[in-house]
Amino acid sequence: MKTYYNPEDLKKFGNIGEFQPSLAEKFFAYYGEVFAEGALTAREKSLIALAVAHTVQCPYCIDAYSVDTLEKGCSEQEMMEAIHVAAAIRGGSSLVHGVQMMNKVKELSM
Amino acid sequence: MKSLHATQHALADPLTQLDRLEAGLRDQLGLPLFQQRLAEAGLFPLRPTQMEIFQINLGKMCNQTCAHCHVDAGPDRKEIMTRDTMQLCLDALATSDVPTVDLTGGAPEMNPHFRWFVEECHKLGKHVMVRCNLTIIVANPKYHDLPAFYRDHGVEIVSSLPFYNADKTDRQRGKGVFKESVRALQMLNAVGYGKEGSGLLLNLVYNPAGAFLPGPQEGLKRQFKRVLWSEFGIVFNDLYAITNMPISRYLDYLFTSGNFNGYLEKLVNAFNPAAAQGVMCRNTLSVSWDGYLYDCDFNQMLELPVAPTAPRHIRDFDDSALQQRDIVLHQHCYGCTAGAGSSCGGTTT
Repeated sequence: MKTYYNPEDLKKFGNIGEFQPSLAEKFFAYYGEVFAEGALTAREKSLIALAVAHTVQCPYCIDAYSVDTLEKGCSEQEMMEAIHVAAAIRGGSSLVHGVQMMNKVKELSM
Repeated sequence: MKSLHATQHALADPLTQLDRLEAGLRDQLGLPLFQQRLAEAGLFPLRPTQMEIFQINLGKMCNQTCAHCHVDAGPDRKEIMTRDTMQLCLDALATSDVPTVDLTGGAPEMNPHFRWFVEECHKLGKHVMVRCNLTIIVANPKYHDLPAFYRDHGVEIVSSLPFYNADKTDRQRGKGVFKESVRALQMLNAVGYGKEGSGLLLNLVYNPAGAFLPGPQEGLKRQFKRVLWSEFGIVFNDLYAITNMPISRYLDYLFTSGNFNGYLEKLVNAFNPAAAQGVMCRNTLSVSWDGYLYDCDFNQMLELPVAPTAPRHIRDFDDSALQQRDIVLHQHCYGCTAGAGSSCGGTTT
């Protein structure tokens, strides 16, 4: 069955340099450095990435960072809590616009 | 849960395991065989370095039946080392400069001659390590004094704890194992193990509870230290991250969970020549419960004895002849060369 997303394509991510090598090289060097141990641990960064993967709803990233967080010894509870953070921000970002709606409604109402 | 051996499972046969691994790699996945990758790295044939560790398997009997066990150990396994074979090991050790004796099983403590053997190794001036599954310490009152026994003989403890919570640990090692392991770790801490300045080493072994590779060892150690201390007041020295070897019960898990191809691909793609340089078979000799010699505990379980050019039984031990051997390799060896490498002492790079 043909689909827009093919799990096998994740393994080909490194091949994007085929069409534009220098930018790909710079991107992957930057990517590697972003995820290295720093002021945040590699483990913390992986949990952030897992949450962001759900926010941007990227199936490749969800697969990749489910594995990465497991490899880094995150518990299943930690992984789900990270996703709840993403969900809370997404939900909250809709809801906070309710203030704008209220402002408008109050402006127009007697 | 019963062993593969007790249920006469097809994968209880080492030849079946080896055939399915090779067929999977070559025919299903079209990936290079291990020997080929090693040759490309300039390491074939693989030769021993200085022998530093005698790893002696005292038997397959165990109080646990872990889902990933490469030994296929359990309460239904009766193969254990006799005192006569232990004496042959001591005779060999007495003639050798090998500094470390690494005792494994099964649960080595279940062998009735275990304590005598540890005492004799200690008398020879060898550094003794015991791969203790922790729960044996609390399994029966006759084992409750093991921490004191270990302390009195300066034994280094290496214990499996696949996760810092009960859920994942019990899924891999059996119901209730985490709780009992915590109790045993607290008993070991109580006699000084893992405490700074005590000189009593308590090292933990992490291996993934599933079809994925271990992440960086340092990060895992940090997390285990933080949680075990804050939740249970437990301290330990080091944490060794070990890759699950695709053999025996773990191989069965890979097949039944549909992860066989994916896991093999992961191991092969993560082949690291630097890790291959440091594989443990180069400085270890593995002795089976019946005295036969192997390059490692995994080869032992796959019934792949040392090359025929070397002595093959402990009664014929000859250090210099063993040094001349080529190490026996098969496709499972990818498990020790993936990523940062894997050995009984953790990563190898």
